[in-house]
Amino acid sequence: MKALVSVKRVVDYNVRIQVKSDGTGVVTDGVKHSMNPFDEIAMEEAVRLKEKGKVTEIVAVTIGGDKNEETLRTALAFGADRAIHIKEAGEVQPLTAAKAFAAVLKKEGAQLFIAGKQAIDDDANQTGQMVAALLDIAQATFASKVEVEGNKAIVTREVDAGLETLEVDLPAVITADLRLNEPRYLKLPDIMKAKKKPVETVSFADLGVTPAAGLKTTKTVPPPSRSKGIVVKTVDELVSALKAKGLV
Amino acid sequence: MSVERDVMEYDVVVVGAGPAGLSAACRLKQKAAEAGQDISVCVVEKGSEVGAHILSGAVFEPRALNELFPDWKAKGAPLNVPVAGDEIYFFRSESAAFKMPNLFVPKTMHNEGNYVISLGNLCRWLAKQAEDLGVEIYPGFAAQHAIVEPGPDGGVIKGVQIGDMGINREGERKPDFTPGMELRAKYTLFAEGCRGHLGKQLIAQYQLDKDADAQHYGIGIKEIWTVPPEKHKPGLVVHTAGWPLSLTGTDALGGSFLYHFENNQVVVGLIVDLSYTNPYLSPFDEFQRLKHHPVIRKHLEGGTRTSYGARAICKGGLNSLPKMVFPGGALIGCDLGTLNFAKIKGSHTAMKSGMLAAEAVAEALLAGDEGGKALDSYPAKFKASWLHDELFRSRNFGPIMHKFGALIGGALNYMEQNWFGGNFPFTVHDLKPDYKSLKPAAESAKIEYPKPDGKLSFDKLSSVFLSSTNHEEDQPIHLQLKDPSIPIAKNLPMYAEPAQRYCPAGVYEVVGEGDAKRFQINAQNCVHCKTCDIKDPAQNINWVAPEGGGGPNYANM
Repeated sequence: MKALVSVKRVVDYNVRIQVKSDGTGVVTDGVKHSMNPFDEIAMEEAVRLKEKGKVTEIVAVTIGGDKNEETLRTALAFGADRAIHIKEAGEVQPLTAAKAFAAVLKKEGAQLFIAGKQAIDDDANQTGQMVAALLDIAQATFASKVEVEGNKAIVTREVDAGLETLEVDLPAVITADLRLNEPRYLKLPDIMKAKKKPVETVSFADLGVTPAAGLKTTKTVPPPSRSKGIVVKTVDELVSALKAKGLV
Repeated sequence: MSVERDVMEYDVVVVGAGPAGLSAACRLKQKAAEAGQDISVCVVEKGSEVGAHILSGAVFEPRALNELFPDWKAKGAPLNVPVAGDEIYFFRSESAAFKMPNLFVPKTMHNEGNYVISLGNLCRWLAKQAEDLGVEIYPGFAAQHAIVEPGPDGGVIKGVQIGDMGINREGERKPDFTPGMELRAKYTLFAEGCRGHLGKQLIAQYQLDKDADAQHYGIGIKEIWTVPPEKHKPGLVVHTAGWPLSLTGTDALGGSFLYHFENNQVVVGLIVDLSYTNPYLSPFDEFQRLKHHPVIRKHLEGGTRTSYGARAICKGGLNSLPKMVFPGGALIGCDLGTLNFAKIKGSHTAMKSGMLAAEAVAEALLAGDEGGKALDSYPAKFKASWLHDELFRSRNFGPIMHKFGALIGGALNYMEQNWFGGNFPFTVHDLKPDYKSLKPAAESAKIEYPKPDGKLSFDKLSSVFLSSTNHEEDQPIHLQLKDPSIPIAKNLPMYAEPAQRYCPAGVYEVVGEGDAKRFQINAQNCVHCKTCDIKDPAQNINWVAPEGGGGPNYANM
């Protein structure tokens, strides 16, 4: 069974995001990027399924410019067997990404599409669901446990009321939530080996995808900065301060 | 517990992807290509990516880069802002200053032909060049210790072992435990920067510093600001001495820098000599109040601070240089201590030292050497190079400052650099190590620092936040106390535990009251500046590498 895992290159989670002074987006130049942490979890799950003998081949796929190759090399170091780089330097919206992934999934004949539940840059949480819809296949999102049995996957999902367990027919889309697993440390020898694994480059045109601009970003602003607190000495002072603000 | 470790063998392993390490790696490959042979080179870097732990002013002198890549311009090296003007001020007080007439500026402080750069970005570019030449670079992996093959005179260095990953706070293995691999090499070049934790051990192990003066250090704290476009003057370089540090005295030396960089960015920083004597001094707070001086604030007002970081520098220069080589390896760059303090520049000298070491190693390997020797050809090449000449001319600069202060020392340095071409017929020595310079708290005046205003000056924690530093929480504390009782039992009564103040990242705190007082180490905040390892009066703090990838994530520093 083949698994396709999508991996996105995002600004690293440790980096303090700064908004460009002209409000057209956030600063990405010279800023550390890494693989979307939820995609790392998806990668790890695919590798574990392969180690259990449920999956025989893992293909990692990304969309982005030249630097996305780093992200693919990370995926290959995790344990992907090969990788597909969909080259696109511009902005990619969830629907476009989903169409591209759906095309790759179809071409590869993969039975599983595993992705992070969302990327930490735009927090869209749409791509996995759209892939399932486009291909009219089952989806199990926010997975916290995945088991593959024959032609089915049993997926535990984190929902508002607790945990829900679904049985889905394959092929299916599974999106990874935070508690699905803890990704392993990459080993130096694996990183070395990853440099030699094959990466195929394709374009949207090759996949028959036309990028659609369904969404337009009109403005990006930083969150308002926290106003300075005041220290009150007595409860009375506190009460009158709260009253003055109209809070009590 | 014994562990099965993967082993990889290289001709040369370089520890640290800074200017010295990357220049050495490039030079090795260039020399091999010239000879039509191959030399395998691997660089390991503890930062999460190349440049993540690099912090420098920086005004960059391109001399070494011109030699390493004469076509650096065509290759797109990030040297985009030529220095457009030099200003030097002496601050007499928090509001008074006098500008030094250009005539009296020491020659070493002239910056025509130099560039305002981000050293982090230069390193990212150097890493790309190195990879194109066939160097393997692995960021996110910290060299934990040198592999020593026992033998006479300290044994032979055979490479490094990478730190284990997945060990919890108590030192036990977690489920994701991953043993660090051994990178074995014929020669290992140590390029960890100032006070490298392996460099420090090697200097002790081989007594490399037995004929050298004590090394001297400074702590540099730096911020990046984005200023309104109308205030931005790309290439303007400002240096100051005096307030808030000493102008005529010698008990708290240092100086500030402010450079106008690209994209409306202004970098500002303060270097405080770690020879300061008052244990109540806080380099961080000195820097915060410095920014309120009219000469500095006029550049920053209306702007926003976007980044913060700190790093110790070696400023002892030639007199403090330890021996460079030992069996199987060499020290290069600031791990050795090649910064030219008279120029306040260490990047070109670090690069050159790396290149010289690489040439020595390449010659040996290409002649069939099997490794493990102390390559005396490296110090010989150093002696014959412009690097030695440059450091020789600057050898008195720091010691004169230490003895005479910024003003008189500055005048003497002007005389030496401009009238004697750096050739006073004598050498001034400064033998007292920085950790011995503190006076007891009882004899020192407490310093009341002004509250930060949140516009120009800030508190420590919000500053550390801007360094994007992070460490895996559940791992052994990488700031080890040789004797855990010393901070509270000795340093606190004697020196009011200065770690609380010299650490620019708020790692050290004394918490609790009375008998319940204890010394708390917030290792996660560490920005890897190494100041604690240097300045602790008891030399009780040992900085070791945390899990690879931890530490600051500097951008454009």
